[in-house]
Amino acid sequence: MEELINKLKKEVIQQLNLEDISAEDIDADAPLFGEGLGLDSIDALELIVLLEKNYGIKIEDPKDGKKIFFSIRTMAEYITEHQKH
Amino acid sequence: MTDHYIITHSNIIRSHMVARNESVEENPEIFVTFAPFIKSLYKKEAISYPKFYKMDNPGKLGFLAAEMIFKDNPFLERYRKEEIGIVILNASSSLDTDKAYHETIKDRSNYFPSPSVFVYTLPNILIGEICIRHKIKGENVFLVSERFDPGMMVESVSLLLDKNHVQACLCGWVEVLDKRFESVLFLVEKKQNLNDHELPGESRPFTIESLTEIYQIK
Amino acid sequence: MGIDPGSMMTNPVYVHADNMITSLGFTTREIIGNIESNRIGFRMVSDRNLTPSPVPLSLIDTATLDEKFGQILANRHPEQSAALFTRLEKMFIVSIQETVQPTEIDITGSRTLLIISTTKGNIDLLDTGKYDFPDPDRIFLWKMADFIGSFFGFVNRPMVISNACISGVLALSMAARMIEAGLYDNILVSGGDILSEFVISGFLSFQALSPEPCKPFDIAHNGLSLGEGCGTLLLSSQKPASTIISVAGSATSNDANHISGPSRTGEELAMAIGKALKEAHLGAAETSFVSAHGTGTVYNDEMESKALGLAGLQDVPVNSFKGYWGHTLGAAGMLESITTLHSMRENRVFRSAGYEEPGLPVPLNILKDHQSIPVINTVKIASGFGGCNAAVVFKKM
Repeated sequence: MEELINKLKKEVIQQLNLEDISAEDIDADAPLFGEGLGLDSIDALELIVLLEKNYGIKIEDPKDGKKIFFSIRTMAEYITEHQKH
Repeated sequence: MTDHYIITHSNIIRSHMVARNESVEENPEIFVTFAPFIKSLYKKEAISYPKFYKMDNPGKLGFLAAEMIFKDNPFLERYRKEEIGIVILNASSSLDTDKAYHETIKDRSNYFPSPSVFVYTLPNILIGEICIRHKIKGENVFLVSERFDPGMMVESVSLLLDKNHVQACLCGWVEVLDKRFESVLFLVEKKQNLNDHELPGESRPFTIESLTEIYQIK
Repeated sequence: MGIDPGSMMTNPVYVHADNMITSLGFTTREIIGNIESNRIGFRMVSDRNLTPSPVPLSLIDTATLDEKFGQILANRHPEQSAALFTRLEKMFIVSIQETVQPTEIDITGSRTLLIISTTKGNIDLLDTGKYDFPDPDRIFLWKMADFIGSFFGFVNRPMVISNACISGVLALSMAARMIEAGLYDNILVSGGDILSEFVISGFLSFQALSPEPCKPFDIAHNGLSLGEGCGTLLLSSQKPASTIISVAGSATSNDANHISGPSRTGEELAMAIGKALKEAHLGAAETSFVSAHGTGTVYNDEMESKALGLAGLQDVPVNSFKGYWGHTLGAAGMLESITTLHSMRENRVFRSAGYEEPGLPVPLNILKDHQSIPVINTVKIASGFGGCNAAVVFKKM
């Protein structure tokens, strides 16, 4: 899980153009939206693309996004559950 | 009308130089492409605005140019936010970004349309970014012309100022396509709105001649 | 070219001929006829060249477009081949021709200007191989506009406005201001955009599209539906022979909030409306009808209802035309203004297609059926990506 979390941090930084931020700056359990990284609605849409592009996971109901993308850890957990092998 | 409106500030950003109020500084480093150039300029200007990195190329250029023109200058404090207008022109509209978005859809076996790129495939978004940053809420328009068109700038801005649709205007040219880029911005104010001590020593009348001379600074 | 201080006196701006092209027809009359019959112009499209997944789209009829264009080409430039024109260029040319044909105003000469409003122009030129003609540079909007202008022999280079979904209303605003200032006597304003994979895939990635034809302002509204079209209007300082309608006021503003999400409060759109009404020397209570932007997304509809409330227009009959032919981007402001003008001429307003049940934060007087009422003063509004808003006021003498 930790390996996936680290990988995910780097991918999120790249996908969302968070250039001045490094993986070390991101707390795996901190909320991604609201405070912290201060992501917005467009970032949420890009995270959906990230999941599909890098992990082949399509989110059927975009409203699930809030739970899935709460933090890096919740993303990692979702990926572990749903990834096609 | 020619001496009723004045250019109180101007700036130019090109690959080899930056000019603030017609005073030219050569860029110490020449970059072959736009991305490292604009990042270096952003760092040099010591701005902290993480959203900068999400912008497309015209957005970054326009944002920085506006940041620089408003810096250390009481313009934004002089007017209510809805009294400031923005008129921007360019030649390629959002083509630089259109091509970037097209990259995300052109290969059907690798098809991942990017919303964060798509949102920038409209040229007026850069006006939006400037408005968000500086809370400007007045008249705004994006025009497309083959080249830097001082006549159209004078005309469009005068239409706004003559009838008091706005009291002051940010106007200019923000053009990025592939490796070629330049931005030339002006702040235009009404002489009658300024006290004598507020008139910058080097202000120029807002005329086609002035805009052309500034544009041609090398 | 500055503005001559001697001409600070205001010239009135009158509305003259118009033309509309949408999925519902190729003339204003035909389209209004379909609106009266409660037709809407959507069908589900699965064509992979247009969309990665099935969506309702409002497409104009290609065969009719080609036929009409062919006739105009044969008359004006028999030496040229239709294969040298893009879809959008054909739409602009047909629409402009239909507008100028019946008019008595002399549109040749230096006192006439063409203004083109478009968000993406010939964006389909990015698909290499779609057209086989040698000028891919007409992906540049100014080049496309010059090409259209020279087709008609306009003396002045066209002006091009590209400002997201407010482009059409903004073009009318600029045109009116230019005639008022005496810069031109006649201005043809033409707004157009095509449907393309580029735009459709983008809006899909935004999850902004409704799976069914959009339902602006309805409680079940869940997205916009895209359409293509072209609308052209001739404005002039010359008084028209018949019903006299003027462009009496206009304004734009910016939310300064977010590049794709609208203002939470709607106050900036309300400010633009207020300014436009003030310029027209009208109060909100004197407004007969509002043509809303009404895309059908939750964000837009809610913001707009707040804006109309703040502007004092919550009781004025309002509709969205987008339920008939979708969101036509650079054409929207033009098409919806033209139908608004028709409403003024005929004292007839049309139901907001797709609307059945209310559900907005500020309750509005949304038209549920077509009605014959006096329509004297109207407001057309629009909002777009980049936080922009625009309003224009039409006044009937």
